[in-house]
Amino acid sequence: MDFSRAFDVLVLGGGNAALCAAITAREAGARVLLVEAAPAALRGGNSRHTRNMRTMHDAPLGPLADAYPEEEYWQDLEKVTGGLTDERLARMAIRATAEHVPWMLRHGVRFQAPLGGTLQLGRTNAFFLGGGKALMNAYYAAAAALGVEVAYDTAVVDLAFEGSRFTHATVERDGRRHEVRAQVLVAAAGGFESNLAWLREAWGPAAGNFIVRGTPYNMGAVLKLLLARGAKSVGDAGEGHCVAIDARSPKFDGGIVTRVDAVSLGIVVNRAARRFHDEGEDFWPKRYAIWGRLVAGQPDQIGYAIIDAKPMGKFMPPVFPPVKARTIGELATALGIDAAALEATVNGFNAAVRPGTFDHTRLDDCATAGLEPPKTHWARRIDTPPYYAWPLRPGITFTYLGVGVDERARLVMDDGAPAANVYAAGEIMAGNILGKGYLAGIGMAIGTTFGRIAGGEAARHARA
Amino acid sequence: MPGPERLEALVAEAQRVLAICNACRYCEGYCAVFPALERRLAFGEGEVHYLASLCHNCGACLYACQYAPPHEFQVNFPRLMAEVRVETYRKYTWPGFLRGAFTRNGLAMAGATGGCLAAAFAFLDAYAGAERLERAWSDAEGAFYAIVPHGVMAAIFAVAFIAALVALGIGVARFWRDSGERADDLFAPHAAGPAAADALTLRYLDGGGIGCTYPDARPSPLRRRFHHLAFYGFLLCFAATCVATLYHYGFGWKAPYPLASLPVILGTLGGVGLLVGPLGLLWLRERRDPDLGDPAQDGMDLMFLWMLLLTGATGLALLAFRETRSMGSLLAVHLGMVLALFVTMPYGKFVHGLYRGAALVRFHLERRRPPPDIAAE
Repeated sequence: MDFSRAFDVLVLGGGNAALCAAITAREAGARVLLVEAAPAALRGGNSRHTRNMRTMHDAPLGPLADAYPEEEYWQDLEKVTGGLTDERLARMAIRATAEHVPWMLRHGVRFQAPLGGTLQLGRTNAFFLGGGKALMNAYYAAAAALGVEVAYDTAVVDLAFEGSRFTHATVERDGRRHEVRAQVLVAAAGGFESNLAWLREAWGPAAGNFIVRGTPYNMGAVLKLLLARGAKSVGDAGEGHCVAIDARSPKFDGGIVTRVDAVSLGIVVNRAARRFHDEGEDFWPKRYAIWGRLVAGQPDQIGYAIIDAKPMGKFMPPVFPPVKARTIGELATALGIDAAALEATVNGFNAAVRPGTFDHTRLDDCATAGLEPPKTHWARRIDTPPYYAWPLRPGITFTYLGVGVDERARLVMDDGAPAANVYAAGEIMAGNILGKGYLAGIGMAIGTTFGRIAGGEAARHARA
Repeated sequence: MPGPERLEALVAEAQRVLAICNACRYCEGYCAVFPALERRLAFGEGEVHYLASLCHNCGACLYACQYAPPHEFQVNFPRLMAEVRVETYRKYTWPGFLRGAFTRNGLAMAGATGGCLAAAFAFLDAYAGAERLERAWSDAEGAFYAIVPHGVMAAIFAVAFIAALVALGIGVARFWRDSGERADDLFAPHAAGPAAADALTLRYLDGGGIGCTYPDARPSPLRRRFHHLAFYGFLLCFAATCVATLYHYGFGWKAPYPLASLPVILGTLGGVGLLVGPLGLLWLRERRDPDLGDPAQDGMDLMFLWMLLLTGATGLALLAFRETRSMGSLLAVHLGMVLALFVTMPYGKFVHGLYRGAALVRFHLERRRPPPDIAAE
């Protein structure tokens, strides 16, 4: 790789938004260099762990049934963010998703029917055949065919600005530093969720027990540099998409399989063997995103999902085998928590369960009475051995802190004016639209929209 | 360490990997294996054999897998399935004392081929004598039978073929019995019909509709096409033999047949398929990504391709030079190759088609049953 060559557009990052930008810029005639921190085998950032894109459509579209109009999409987004969103940018991204599917097909991406266990997403989310890594393989192949230059295993160590104008980047590969000059910069390098020190800064010492569900390469270097060069900051560093995952998961890159879907079918206790939240508040797909934070708030950031034999086999199978015992006391001992305390919790819970008709497909009438916290649906006595447990930890998926952008994907500086020649796309600017909360497939929608816009704008800017 | 210990270790590894796949499910759209595994929560040895034979080794899931090496989960699904398959073949081999053929299969097949060729030469030499071998070509009609009478030839091949069919049948019957499905369901039209369609079109050697990621990460239709050439070439050659048998016994017309006759046309087309198909597959294999497939099976795969190739090539050579002095020797070589192919069918790569066919039937039987009652994630 000859870093001293003249490039029109320098794309920092190697995930969905970066590739959409690089492909679009190259198709518009720009000479493009894409710098990816990961080696080729682990390229693609967190996009390699994704599986679908939330897609607006007014009529059946490719793999998508019925319709998912702009207004419904917008209301779904407004609800999960509690209004922490920029409506103009959000609606722009929503409308753009309708045009992404044919564009993606043209660049080698293929779609499939919604996966088993995800039928509730069949109308709203377009699933990639083979998932996000297959999507990224298709994009890298398309980029290579177009002549986008890709530097793997290359870290960004500095970005030089003159005022709000980017002049050059310093990158490091194999221990050697290189200056890279380009007319335009596209920052699409994700958030900082792999940076344990930064997480600790933002979340306190509890972050030491977090598990990072995605790539170990999202160190936030580009985000930090842009903020230091005067980019407007959006989103809260202490906000992140954090779910409860199996405590035995790898520290990084465990991805989708680390989830535990047993929570709403049983109880969850902490290290002291006490319950701490209503496990049956709502359907699991609507609630799993709050449980990471709930577990993070417990002593030692650990929880235990406990069920008896009745629901076994009725939820998506977790990747790690459960801890199994014939009695609640033995289960507690196997988990390393106090046996008498867990027996007391389970007995108290069982005594509070009111009669009802169990139905996991709706918000049923099985609830506890006089228990704090209550379990408001799917409450059944935990009384049929064997008993099973999964240890839970907070699993951080992505962070919300980012840089401001305008509707042309231009980086917005602290003074509110756009930077002269810098664009941003993907997770690094997703906080503009997703200030908090989570909506399945929204990250890919934002990344594809702003990636394509940034690429097109960057190429136009470079030619001008 | 081939045999039961190896199988036990592979089943344990498969249980680890299948738990990952069952929790992920991203590859569901590629083939039948993933929908089949999602119907299950636990995987015993029987399930592992079934899924392994259902896998066509198209490679798509390896490149799509977020858990493939260098990820610490080290999931290489197609390789694991390939490793299981050879243990499936070994386990269900009949008679049992021939299981060892799957240990160094390339060598075993080469030995068997050499033996068959030597036997064909020795037999023809003893039967017809060296001089007759060289001169029989000048008898226009019935020249082959001037060397060896049709009845003798037919008897030898009928015995070899029936023995192979019996051995294959017992293997598949045992495989099916261990599946727990009803015996007559193997031929139930509602399952065997779609299974046959899947097999004849190689529906699952297609990366979910975009082509196999073979020999590398780029989807390509080449492997499927070469496989079709080899498979249909084999069938055409078999059809040529059947037609010729009918001519001989039904109409009293004796080989060699004219170039424009049905047996020669079928045999020529089939021979070309058996030549080009295996050549293409060998060529792709040379370029194969080392992460794809099980390198320990190179001998088995390559030898089978060479046997098909040589069967086609010797048949075509016999056709081309049947009116020369070489006819006798070429006949011996071709008969030796065909005999080797028949004799070794139950003990080499050929068996993959039968176990895969049975697995496809099971897949279509299961498809008609309600899916397990699992809540949305």
